[in-house]
Amino acid sequence: MAFLKLADVSKSFGALTVADKVSLEVPKGEALGIVGPNGAGKSTLFNLITGNLRPDEGKITFKDQDITKVPANRRIHAGIGRSFQVPQPFGSLTVFENLLAAASFGRNASEQDVAQDCLEILETTELMAVVNTPAAGLPLLNRKRLEMARALATQPDLLLLDEIAGGLTDGECVALTDTIRSVNAQGVTIIWIEHVLHALTAVVQRLAVLDFGKVIAQGNPTEVMGSDAVREIYLGADS
Amino acid sequence: MTHNARIEIATRSSRVFLVFAFAAIIAAVFLPAFVSRGIIKDMFAILTLLALAQCWNLLAGYGGLVSVGQQAFVGLGAYTLFAVVGLYGFDPLLSILMGGVVALLFAIPFAFFLFRLDGAYFAIGSWVLAEVARLSVAQWKAVGGGTGTSLPRDTVRSMPGTDWVRALFDVSGSAARDIILYWIALILAVALMTAIYVLMRRRIGLGLTAVKDNAEAARSVGINASAIKWMTYLISAFGAGMVGALIFLQTARISPGAAFSVTDWTAFVIFVVVIGGIGTLEGPILGVIVFFVLQNFLADFGSWYLVALGAAGIVVMIFAPQGLWGLLRDRLGLTLFPLRRRVIFTSERTDL
Repeated sequence: MAFLKLADVSKSFGALTVADKVSLEVPKGEALGIVGPNGAGKSTLFNLITGNLRPDEGKITFKDQDITKVPANRRIHAGIGRSFQVPQPFGSLTVFENLLAAASFGRNASEQDVAQDCLEILETTELMAVVNTPAAGLPLLNRKRLEMARALATQPDLLLLDEIAGGLTDGECVALTDTIRSVNAQGVTIIWIEHVLHALTAVVQRLAVLDFGKVIAQGNPTEVMGSDAVREIYLGADS
Repeated sequence: MTHNARIEIATRSSRVFLVFAFAAIIAAVFLPAFVSRGIIKDMFAILTLLALAQCWNLLAGYGGLVSVGQQAFVGLGAYTLFAVVGLYGFDPLLSILMGGVVALLFAIPFAFFLFRLDGAYFAIGSWVLAEVARLSVAQWKAVGGGTGTSLPRDTVRSMPGTDWVRALFDVSGSAARDIILYWIALILAVALMTAIYVLMRRRIGLGLTAVKDNAEAARSVGINASAIKWMTYLISAFGAGMVGALIFLQTARISPGAAFSVTDWTAFVIFVVVIGGIGTLEGPILGVIVFFVLQNFLADFGSWYLVALGAAGIVVMIFAPQGLWGLLRDRLGLTLFPLRRRVIFTSERTDL
């Protein structure tokens, strides 16, 4: 049985189909990359997995449990953590308090019990220098780091990263990639949506391509990127 | 890898303030021995407005739920008191608590409707529900319908403790009653502020702030956003209901227009919180003081009084969006009710 399994999941907003019978299986411990053009339904797929959106049809199972109708705040307790494409920090809380809120509620523990762990996550995500700074004033790189740190603070078994590397310089990107790789090495299953392909392929073992709400190719990253279907989307071959 | 760090909430100014606050509360308890009846009545008005302001601040300042319908709970609490005291002869002091409970019970269906709305729609919706409550109560003939009613003189006179206070301070019966009501207002204001502060210092306070900042992100870290909003709404309704019952126990006369007044129980309350500093416990205290000074100063100017209050509100919003307390806090670096979980490194970090 797969760790995470989507079976024929569909979602439409009026006439616009954003997920069209998506079927996807992710084994435990894997790092899966998801690519696709803008509007292909990548973020929608995440929202369906996290419960921010409900599918019209289909079934989502996680750790052999049907979670299709479980609300978002309970899925996190099942072990699904996420970062948002546009960083969504708790602006009036400090960086540390952002993590404290995520860790204490995400793990259902007291603030004292998670405080030390929060500091360690801030250390690995290089946020120690701004630990007492209100999150509203952070620049982009630190906001991205905070998205990642806050997701990690909930101690997920499955971590969903939505364009965490977008807008960063190459140097910043390498540091972030290293962190993601080490999180994966610790046994956390990762699904990562990214446009920055070299960052993505440096980490993931498998790649899935989404277009018009459909999975059109999946498999080994090099083979998938070289396939005709993908070349057609990205390069407009044969047109 | 462990860090030589500790987490601290209290500050030096807050520790000093705690001692000062205890002293002030004790002084307030003995105040009736030293000041005139007029001042006791003023203090009653100040404390009840402060309590209402703290309830609204919990809702709008900490919870981001901007309501303009808190007068619904003031009115419902007040009418509950008049019903159980006037019609069934209940103990007036116990009836204050019942006012809060009834307001809380009504808040449940209110919340059910209101939490389908957001932002400005929530605000207007809360006002509409308050009007519905006012118009419904105006149909209730047993408590005087649209014209209202008075509490029976006997029940007002026979308030528990009156004789004891009369003897203690050597005052008339009505002055003794004012002193008792002042003490209740003091207890209510201090208890509400303590409860709100304790709530905000706990994990749930962190959750409430997260929900206010970003409800979707809050859900994605496992915070039950709707449960936290419900709790905030119900607490503030319970508080407003008790304060409403107390205020109208003092006036001993009620009408739907007075009990459900949007000006008295919401507009003034918002003014107090906003000029004092929204989202802080210190702000409403400062705001209430400023409000009463302005009110006494402007009392001779008729309806210009409201215009001047409005103008003062606008000036503060433009030049000090964090309120007067925000201005003072930034200048002096003071915090009386600290909530920040600050990380303090206790020694040089050697792991870097």
